[in-house]
Amino acid sequence: QKLAANLNSAYALVEKKTAYKDATTYNNFYEFGTDKADPAITAHTLKTRPWSVSIEGEVKKPMTLDLDSLLKLASLEERIYRLRCVEGWSMVIPWVGYSLSNLIKKVEPTGNAKYIEFVTLEDKKQMPGLRSPVLEWPYVEGLRMDEANHPLALLTFGMYGEVLPNQNGAPVRMVLPWKYGFKSAKSIVKIRFVKDQPRTAWNIAAPSEYGFYSNVNPDVDHPRWSQATERRIGEDGLFTRKRKTLMFNGYSEVASLYSGMDLKKLF
Amino acid sequence: MLLTNKQVSWFKIVLFILALLPFIRLVSFVFLDKLGANPVEFITRNTGDWTLYFLCFTLAVTPLRKLLHMPWLIRCRRMLGLYAFFYAFLHFMTFLWFDHFFDVAEMWKDVIKRPFITVGFITFVLLIPLAATSTNAMIKRLGGKRWQWLHRLIYLIAPLGVLHYFWMKAGKSDFSQPVLFGLIVAGLLMIRLWWRWFGRDPVVVTGA
Repeated sequence: QKLAANLNSAYALVEKKTAYKDATTYNNFYEFGTDKADPAITAHTLKTRPWSVSIEGEVKKPMTLDLDSLLKLASLEERIYRLRCVEGWSMVIPWVGYSLSNLIKKVEPTGNAKYIEFVTLEDKKQMPGLRSPVLEWPYVEGLRMDEANHPLALLTFGMYGEVLPNQNGAPVRMVLPWKYGFKSAKSIVKIRFVKDQPRTAWNIAAPSEYGFYSNVNPDVDHPRWSQATERRIGEDGLFTRKRKTLMFNGYSEVASLYSGMDLKKLF
Repeated sequence: MLLTNKQVSWFKIVLFILALLPFIRLVSFVFLDKLGANPVEFITRNTGDWTLYFLCFTLAVTPLRKLLHMPWLIRCRRMLGLYAFFYAFLHFMTFLWFDHFFDVAEMWKDVIKRPFITVGFITFVLLIPLAATSTNAMIKRLGGKRWQWLHRLIYLIAPLGVLHYFWMKAGKSDFSQPVLFGLIVAGLLMIRLWWRWFGRDPVVVTGA
């Protein structure tokens, strides 16, 4: 199903796009199984319509928006972003969405809103992976308010000019290209504005391996592997050396968000 | 169940081909472009899995031949053990070649810094003397008793292999498969302890 959007030339990366097939069959979406081949096989049980997202917490105008109102909230743009997974592989994906800041403006956060929390759907009937206790469900991710307001932070409804396939986080997800992939919550049903730093799913599961910020950083290794290099899916084959990972995944415009912070400690 | 020499030879030929099938499948996948989005990951996992399977098969020979009264099974054990080494070697080469591109210094950093790789590396190194002393000539040279002592390293190698897998999966909080392997290896080792402590004949090495 097509999803019309104009390419935003400010974010039109001139790198080879990942093949649609790879981007839709190699997914980490634990609600549909822990193997990266699982989501493409099992996510057909997800019902993406009707769908609504409730926005609550420290806002002047809490509201519940259905998918159509969300889609109409701002004009849809196509943006080609790098995606770097914490596991050491990367893709280049043309997403369709708009900056999250559009939504934030609409609900008018109060002065108490310091962080924003994204909650993924938790429904055992639609998500077979929830039966296994690999993570604390529902999946929760979060950002600091200034990160959430950064224009790069994309509230996303489509990819490759079409609506999101279920296994990629349909019908609405976040895309945060300067952070490891798991920071971008999928199939979002709730967005909460909160005072304290949210307890996020992977941080709860393994705090020494997955920090709250999880910015792409070649100098901070994962305890079990180096983050200095990555393998671009579909390009870096068996007989190619892995490519160097860039600080903030190459999105240096976010650096000012973290000035003065020790990113080795606050990884 | 008893088999004639000839039947055992045939059984071994069939077993040899069956044990090679995972490798043939992997090589064919390379040429048919069926390794998926991340070929290196696919090969790493596949060869790692088959190493663990063959370690379990090797450890299962003695319990099976006793429980099923199939003494001739011992004659397949060397082949199974060597296949475990073969798949471990492929696993290690994937790491050295496809992952590190023969950058030995980089590989070494990984081995030292990351416990799950340290354990995997030790496991592989421990397998080398076993593979190297698998010929009849080496058994003779070492003498049965010393050879047997050396080959008891498998009792260490198999649990270390499972630990390597367990640690690798730890970050994904997904323990179901490592735990299953752990239970199987534990069972295969416990049955030996049981026999040792509660009578039944001690394990006799027949060499061949």
